[in-house]
This record gives sequence, structure tokens and C-alpha cells, in this order.
Amino acid sequence: MQANEAAAAVPIQEVRAHRDARDDRLFGWLLKGCALLVLASLLGAAGATLWGGRDAFMHFGFGFLTSSEWNPSDDVYGALVPVFGTLITSFIALFIAVPVSFGIALYLSEVAPPWLRTPVSSAIELLAGIPSIIYGMWGLFVFAPFFADHVKPWLTSYLGNQPDDGKVSWVAEHIPFIGRMFGNDNPFGGSVLTAGIVLAIMIIPFISSVMREVFQTVPTRLKESAYALGSSTWEVVWDIVLPYTRSAVIGGIFLGLGRALGETMAVTFIIGNKMKLSPSLLDPGASIASTIANQFGEAAGLQKSALMALAFLLFVVTFIVLMIARLMLRRLAHKEGR
Amino acid sequence: MKSSSLYLRRRIKNVVALGLSSVATLIGLIFLAWILWETLRQGIGAINWNLFSKISVYRENGGLANAMVGSLILDLLGIAIATPIGVLAGTWLAEYANRTKLGETIRFLNDILLSAPSIVLGLFVYTIVVLPTTALTHGDTTFSGLAGGIALALIALPVIVRTTDEMLRLVPSTLREAALSLGIPQWKLTLQILIRASRSGIITGVLLALARISGETAPLLFTAFGNNFLTFNPMDKMPSLPQAIYEYTKDPDPAINAIAWAGAFVVTMFVLALSLISRLILSRNKVSHD
Repeated sequence: MQANEAAAAVPIQEVRAHRDARDDRLFGWLLKGCALLVLASLLGAAGATLWGGRDAFMHFGFGFLTSSEWNPSDDVYGALVPVFGTLITSFIALFIAVPVSFGIALYLSEVAPPWLRTPVSSAIELLAGIPSIIYGMWGLFVFAPFFADHVKPWLTSYLGNQPDDGKVSWVAEHIPFIGRMFGNDNPFGGSVLTAGIVLAIMIIPFISSVMREVFQTVPTRLKESAYALGSSTWEVVWDIVLPYTRSAVIGGIFLGLGRALGETMAVTFIIGNKMKLSPSLLDPGASIASTIANQFGEAAGLQKSALMALAFLLFVVTFIVLMIARLMLRRLAHKEGR
Repeated sequence: MKSSSLYLRRRIKNVVALGLSSVATLIGLIFLAWILWETLRQGIGAINWNLFSKISVYRENGGLANAMVGSLILDLLGIAIATPIGVLAGTWLAEYANRTKLGETIRFLNDILLSAPSIVLGLFVYTIVVLPTTALTHGDTTFSGLAGGIALALIALPVIVRTTDEMLRLVPSTLREAALSLGIPQWKLTLQILIRASRSGIITGVLLALARISGETAPLLFTAFGNNFLTFNPMDKMPSLPQAIYEYTKDPDPAINAIAWAGAFVVTMFVLALSLISRLILSRNKVSHD
């Protein structure tokens, strides 16, 4: 009897082990499938926009990138104006956001009294939580009029070549390009420059939180050695902390750039949406994302394809920028041995 | 003499730099206060009962009820799609593929998807959902709430994947070893022990994802499309709060702009409350989220 039971028990255990192994395999596949969806959605987004934009790419060839004409009535489309607008607004955003973010990170890691650090850093991070449509509304109704009333007159009369009072400023006369960058006859606040400023506010929390985080990874003994040699706080930050964290700081900046390039709603409200190339930062322009948001709904045929082609360009550029960002950020993590 | 002037220069430089850093922080805080203050001021002034009980502002005494219901449906759809996929994918990264080449690649790509331009993801969903269904209906463009929900899910997905991944890696490996030594198959260990152990962290990730998608406009423009009427049918065009704000902001009528501000106030408060709560829980677990 006992021998029989033992003989029967072995197969049951085997069956069970067998079933568990099969279930584990199936479960593993299910999980892997879900993870591959992440890969699939990135490839799909690139593929779908490339496929959608094939007509425009074939029709205009390389000229699509170099032509500044965007004319739905003649069915002629060139990407130069939105590409230029995207790059210039993002560049303005970085130009403002990088020093401000560095200042905030420096303040939060070295200057502020400890009890103030958490509330201030949470407040700055709140900026990242505000939806971009709110930035757009605020930019359109509040910031652009404020800018047109209080900042723009100052810029045009001190830096521009077409001031209201007719006197060309010293700067415009003596430094090339500056005059044209700030000369304009656009009475509204919405412009490439205001769009860049609003973008800057939007990416400050991202850059500053990365900077602050990596500043904290600097070994204390390095900083204390420098202090012991008589360095000032600024010298420790500039000569010790910054070189140590350089790659991650650059990574953080690229992360912000990636955000700025793809930002849609805020820019759409403020940039003015004019498909015309202008050297002046105070003139309205267009970015890739704003052009898509404005025109895709009513577009058909070649125009739709051109917009898809724009989306493909945007996706590829942001992908590369974000890739650089993550690789740079990873480098510091490796140094730490994580 | 010389050395004391050098010392003075270094001290001045230090004071100026640290002073400027405080100014930079002040600039950040001023803009935060300015944006919140305007949203509060203009939003509260326009809030009334009609906003929550009437549909579409383009009729007499209209409100945002249809947009709020639409937003609720779209956000829930997005979360309902993204949560199971995201949790399972995050589990794969942490438990099955940690330190493998494919796992590292997907983790890396997930971080990129986290900040990919949302309007391109919207166009992607337009291509794979709206265009095929349009072909089915012989040419009527079929924007739908479902398409909008899928677009939002794509934005929520990387947030959930990342939180799940990080939370599971915090679970002590003795727990896994103890369970496995009792003969539990790995799928049971994962579903019944590991995910349960990191439940609060994963839920926080879902809340964070909800905060992220409930303010999104761009991916909805060409998927859910918007609608001036109340609808519960996910195959119908669906309105949403952010998109209503977008349209009412562009309107030349200041009365309609005011309703956009009220909507902005509601969305901002919702999003900030959610992200504050989830950040509080996350900061207790010491996980970074950028």
C-alpha cells in the first residue's frame, strides 16, 4: 500500500513541477511582451510619422529641409521656418534656463539654510507639475501683454534698429546682428522671444532638479579638502563640484532641451504662428509642434503629409537629444558604482 | 598688501555669486507665484454652478460639464490601459531582465519615452487607431474617446514602468529567496508577494501618471478631437477639459476666456494636488523622478 502511494505521489509532483515550469514560461513571455511594447511604441511613432510623411519627403526631397516657403494655397511646403523656430525658441530657453537653474541648484545645495531647502525645492518642482496649457494661457493673457508693455519698448530702444523714437541705439550701430535681432514692427507681445522665455520657465525645474541631485553626489571629503585649503564656497562649487559632475550637468541640460523642443501647447499660444522667416526675435514665428497643432486638423493631402514629415523630424531630433542626455546622466551613475 | 587685495577679490566674487544664486531662486519662485496667482484670481472669479452642471459654453449659460465628464473618461481609459501593461513591463525589467542587455536597452528607451514630444505620440495613435477605423466607416473621420485614451496611455506608460521597476528593486532579495525555497513558482512569487510588497509605491506611480495625463492637451487634439456635447460612448468624439481650455482661450469673447480660466483653475488644482500627494509618498521612499 505504502509503496503504491509513494509511486503515485511522484508523478503528481512531477506534473506539478511541469505545470509550474510551463506557467512560469508563459508568464515570462507575457511580461516580456509588455516590456517590448515600450520599444514598439517608440519605433511605431517614428515609423508612423515617416510613413505619413513619405509623400512630402518624396515630393520635395532634400529641399523640404531648406525651403522656407509654406504655402497651402499653392501646395508648396518647406520645413525651414518651423525647424528654425523650434531651434531658436529652445536655444533662448536654454540660454535663460541654464544659468537660472544652476543658481537654484547652487542656492539649494550650498547657500540656503537647511530648514528652507525642502520647501523651496518642492516649490520649484511644482513648476514642473503645472500643465503646459496653463503656461500657454498665462503666456497669452498675462505675460505677452506685460512683455509688450514693459520689456519690449526697452529692448527695441536700447538694442534694436527700429526704435519707436527713430534714434538707432548705440548697440545696434556698433555690434552686428544685435540690432536686427531686436528690431521689429510687431505690436503684439507674442513672439519667438516670449515663447522662448515661457519655455525657459517650463524647463527650469527639470534642469535644476537634476543639477541639485548630482551636486549632492559629490563626495564630502573632496569638498572639505578644498574648504580646508581655504577655498570659498563659490570656488568649491566652480572648481570641485562642477568638474566632478560635468557629464551629468550636461545630461540635465540636454534633458531640458529635449523637453523644450517638443513642447506644444505653451508655444502654440505665444509664438504667433506666422510662417515667415525673420531675423528679429521680437517677430512672430512658428515651431514644428505649433504648426502641427494649428494645421493638422484642417490639413489634407500633401499638407497633411508635410506635417507628418515635420513630426518625424521633431521625433528624430528629440530622440537624439534625449539619448545624449540619458547617456551623460548614466556616466555619473557608473562612476558612483550604481 | 597684494595678498589682502586678492583675498578681498575672492570674497567679493563669492558674495556676488552666492547673491546671484539667491536671485535665481527668487526668479523661479516669482514665476511660480505669478502663474498660480493669475490662475487663482481669474479662475475663482469665473467659477459658478453652471460650470459643473451645463454643457458647452457655446450656448446660453454654458458650462464645462461635458468636458469634465470627457476628461474623466479619457483619463480613466488611459490609466486602465497603461496600468496593467506598465506594471508587468516594469516587473519584467526589475525581476527578469535586470542587468541583461535587452532589459537595459528597454529601461533606457523607457526613459526617452518619458520625455518624448506628446504631439508626435498623438499623431502615432492617429495613424494606428483613427485612420484604420476611418477606413472601416467609409471615409467619415472617426476620432474617438478610445483613441484619446490610448494616446494618454502611451504617456502614462513610461511613468508607471519606471516607478514599478524602481519600487520592485527596493524589495529585499531575502523575500524572494524565502518564497522560492518554499517551492512557489516565480509567477506566483511576482504577483502575490513582490507586487503586493511594493503596492503603495506602484499606486503612487499610477497617481503620478494620472497627474501627468490629466493636463495633457496635445495628444488629444487629433485623437479624441473634442465635442460640444455630453457623451459617454468611447467610440464617439470626446471632449476634455484641457482641450476645452485650449479652444475657449482662442475665442475672442472675454466671457468665454473667463470660462477657460475657470477650467484652468480646476485642472491646475487637480494636477498639483495629485502630484503633491504622490511626491510626498515617493520622497518617503527616496526615489528620484525627473
